[in-house]
Amino acid sequence: MLFHEVLVIGGGLAGLRAAIEIAKMGQEVAIISKIHPMRSHSGEAQGGINASLANVEKSKDDSKEKHWYDTVKGSDFLADQDASEILTASAPEAIFEMEHWGCPFSRTPEGKIAQRPFGGAGFPRTCYATDKTGLYLLQTVWEQNIKHNVKVYEEWVVLGLATEDGKCCGVILMDLRSGELVAMGANAVIFATGGIGRIYANTTNAITNTGFAISIPYWVGVPLKDMEFIQFHPTSLARTHILMTEGCRGEGGYLRNKDGERFMSKYVSEKVMELGPRDIVARSIQTEINEGRGFPDGTVHLDLTHLGAKKIMERLPGIRDICMNFIGIDPIYEPIPITPGTHYIMGGIDTDKNGQTPMEGFFAAGECACVSTHGANRLGGNSLLETVVFGWRAGEKAAESVKGKDKKAKTKALEDALKREQDNIQNFKKLSGKENPYKIKDELAEMMVKSFGLFRKEEDMKTGLDEIMKLKERFKNIRGAFGGKVFNLDLLSFYEIKANLDVAEVLAISAIARKETRGSHYRTDFNKRDDQNWLKHTIATYSPEGPQLSYKPVTITKFQPEERKY
Amino acid sequence: MVEFRIFRFDPEKNKEPEFKPYQFEPFKGMTILEGLYHILENMDSSLAFRSSCREAVCGSCAMHINGVYRLACKTQIQILKSPITIRPLSHLPIIKDLVVDLNPFFDRFREIKPYLIPKENPPEKEYLQSVEDREKIDDWLDCILCGACYGSCPVCAQDPKYLGPHALLKALRFVDDSRDGATRERVAFVTQNSGIFRCHTIFNCREVCPKDLDPTKAIAKLKWKSVFKKF
Repeated sequence: MLFHEVLVIGGGLAGLRAAIEIAKMGQEVAIISKIHPMRSHSGEAQGGINASLANVEKSKDDSKEKHWYDTVKGSDFLADQDASEILTASAPEAIFEMEHWGCPFSRTPEGKIAQRPFGGAGFPRTCYATDKTGLYLLQTVWEQNIKHNVKVYEEWVVLGLATEDGKCCGVILMDLRSGELVAMGANAVIFATGGIGRIYANTTNAITNTGFAISIPYWVGVPLKDMEFIQFHPTSLARTHILMTEGCRGEGGYLRNKDGERFMSKYVSEKVMELGPRDIVARSIQTEINEGRGFPDGTVHLDLTHLGAKKIMERLPGIRDICMNFIGIDPIYEPIPITPGTHYIMGGIDTDKNGQTPMEGFFAAGECACVSTHGANRLGGNSLLETVVFGWRAGEKAAESVKGKDKKAKTKALEDALKREQDNIQNFKKLSGKENPYKIKDELAEMMVKSFGLFRKEEDMKTGLDEIMKLKERFKNIRGAFGGKVFNLDLLSFYEIKANLDVAEVLAISAIARKETRGSHYRTDFNKRDDQNWLKHTIATYSPEGPQLSYKPVTITKFQPEERKY
Repeated sequence: MVEFRIFRFDPEKNKEPEFKPYQFEPFKGMTILEGLYHILENMDSSLAFRSSCREAVCGSCAMHINGVYRLACKTQIQILKSPITIRPLSHLPIIKDLVVDLNPFFDRFREIKPYLIPKENPPEKEYLQSVEDREKIDDWLDCILCGACYGSCPVCAQDPKYLGPHALLKALRFVDDSRDGATRERVAFVTQNSGIFRCHTIFNCREVCPKDLDPTKAIAKLKWKSVFKKF
C-alpha cells in the first residue's frame, strides 16, 4: 500500500509552501493535486501580497502592528487576534523569502520591492509584481518544489479520508488518468485545496474551485467554521466575472455610475473613496445598480482611462489583456464594465493557528482553512499572505507531528475507506434517473447569488434553503455516470455537485442563524453588528440530519471591538 | 448553429481515433471552452478535456483549433469558421480525447534547473534589483506552460530530447535575472546537443504563444550569449 509520512492535498501556493517546509525539515512528503500545480487558482491572484515593509515614501510610518490592526478592523473584529498577529508579524519574512527564491517583484527606484495602496489599508502595503503577483508567486514556489524534488501526484483526486480511532491515517484517491481507486496511508494529511467559489454562479474563481474538497473532512466529522462569510469582490468583469484586481483602484482607478458620478463619495469618506474595504465597496456598487444608476447591462464602470497608457502598460498589463481578449475593450481608452463577483470564502475547515484541525493527524491551510485571520471580511492582499504564512506553519507542525512515528500504513482503516468509495462509485454508476446533474449545479449556483449574496434577509435565505433541500432530493434522481475509467470528468462532477449541495446547506444554515450584520454578512433585516450576541465563530458539524451549529468565542488580545468606519 | 468536430479517442474502446461532430447554438461571446462544457454537460458526458481558470492564465486548455494552437478559454467561437475542428496538442501521447500526457514536456522543463540559483547569500531583507534589471526579465516571465509552442514546433516533433521553446525561454529568464549566479552553467547546458542550436528559427512558437511571448527571440539571445560568451 502506498504510504508517505505527510501528504499535502492541493498544489496551489499553500500546499506547495507546506511541502517545502516539510522537505526542508527532512520528513518525507508528497503532494496530491487534482490538476498540475501550475494550473492552480493561486496563479489567478493579481494585485499583490501585504507586508509592512515601508518601502515607499507614503508607507514609511507603516508597521507590523498597523497591518495587524487594519486586518482586525477589516475583519469587523471577528478575526482571532492571535492568528492575525501571526499573519501580519510573519509577513515581511515570508515575502523576503519569496524574493530570495526568485519571485520577480516590481521594484522601487531604490531597487526594493514595490508597494501599492489597497483597500482598507492605512498605507501602501501591498507588494506587487505588476498585476500577476499570484502567477509569479506560484511559479516561484513550484520551482522550489522542483529544487527539493518533491513528489507530485498530478491529476489524482481525493475522494475520502481514512480514519482510525478518530485520527486521520490517509486518503482515498482516484487517479484520473487510469480511473483506478487507490488508498494512500499517511501519518499526517494537510488539506490546501483552495476556495469554493463555484457554488455561486457569479464567481471569479477557477472552474476547479468547487465545494468538494472541504466537504470531505466535513463528512467525517471535522467542523466547518464561519461558512456564512463569503467575500464578494467589488470588481469582476461583466458576464465572465473574471477578476479585475483591486490594484486597478490602488493605482488610481475610479468607479462611476451611468451618470458618470464617482459614487463612492456617498458611502465612505472622501479620503478613502474607491479604496474602502471590499465588503463596503461591493455593497456600494450593488446599491447603485439596484437603485437604477447602473448601465443597461447591469454594470457600473471601472474607469482607468485617466491613468494613461504608460501606467496601465507598466502596472496593469494583465488587466488590459483580459479586457481586450474577453470583452474586446481597451481600458486605456474605454472604461471597464464590472459587477461584484463571489471571490473568496473567509470560512472553511476549522483550524487553530498552527493549521491543526480538531482531528488528530489532519491539518488545513490557505483558503480552505479558517484560522481565523480574516474574520468577517478579508482585506485584499491578505490571502496570498495567508497561503505562504499558514502553509509554512501547517507544514512545520505536520512535519513535527510525524517525527518518530511508524512509517507504515494503517491497512485495515484504509481498506475499509477504500471499500466505501468503491461502493459510492458503483452507486453513481447505477443511478438511472432523468435529472441532468449539471442543471442542478447551475440552479444551485444561480440561487446562491440571489439568496446568499451581498444583501441577505431571513425570508430569502429560507426560500434558498428550501431550494437546496429540493435540489438534494432531485440529485437522488439523476442519470448514471457514463464514460469509462480514463479521465472521467462526468464522474468527478457527480462528486462535486453532491458536495456543492452539502456545503451550500452549511453556508445557508450558518447564515440564517447569524442574526446580525458583520463584514460580508449583510442582513437587511438585522442591519447592525451585535457584539453582545454574535461576537463568536459559527461551528458547523456534520450529522445525518443536517449540519449542527455551535459557537466558539473570538480571541481578542489587543484591539477592543469598535465601530468600523472608513 | 455551430459545429464542433472533436478528436475523440478512448483507449478502453477505440483502436483508432475519430472525429465526432456536435452541433449547438452558441451565445454571443461564447468561447471554445464554454462550447466544450456545453457538450460535456448536455450532449456527450464522455468527453475529456482539461481546463481550470477560464481566463488564459493557468495553461490547461491549449489545443489545436481550426489549424492553430490556441487556448480554448481565450478563443471566441464567432471568430472561427464552422465546422470548428478541435484536436489535442501534437507530439505528446494521448490519454483520452483532448487530454495529452504532458510529462515529456515537463521533463524537459525540469532539466534546465528552473529555479533561482542565487549569486550571493540572501541579505536580511530583499535582494536589491534596479528597475532596469527587473525590466530585463519582463519579457520572459509570463509563460503559463500551456504547451502550445511545444505542439507547434517541428523540432519537438522530431527530437524528443530537444529542450523545447518553453524550457529555453525559462532558461533565459534566469540568465537575465540579476540575482541569478549560474549564468555560465545555464548557457553551457543549453548549448549542448539537444539545446539552442537545434532550433531552426521557424517562429512557430512565437506565432502561437497565447501570452504573446517570443521564445524564438529568447533562443536567439541564448545563442548569441553562447557564441560570444557575453555574460
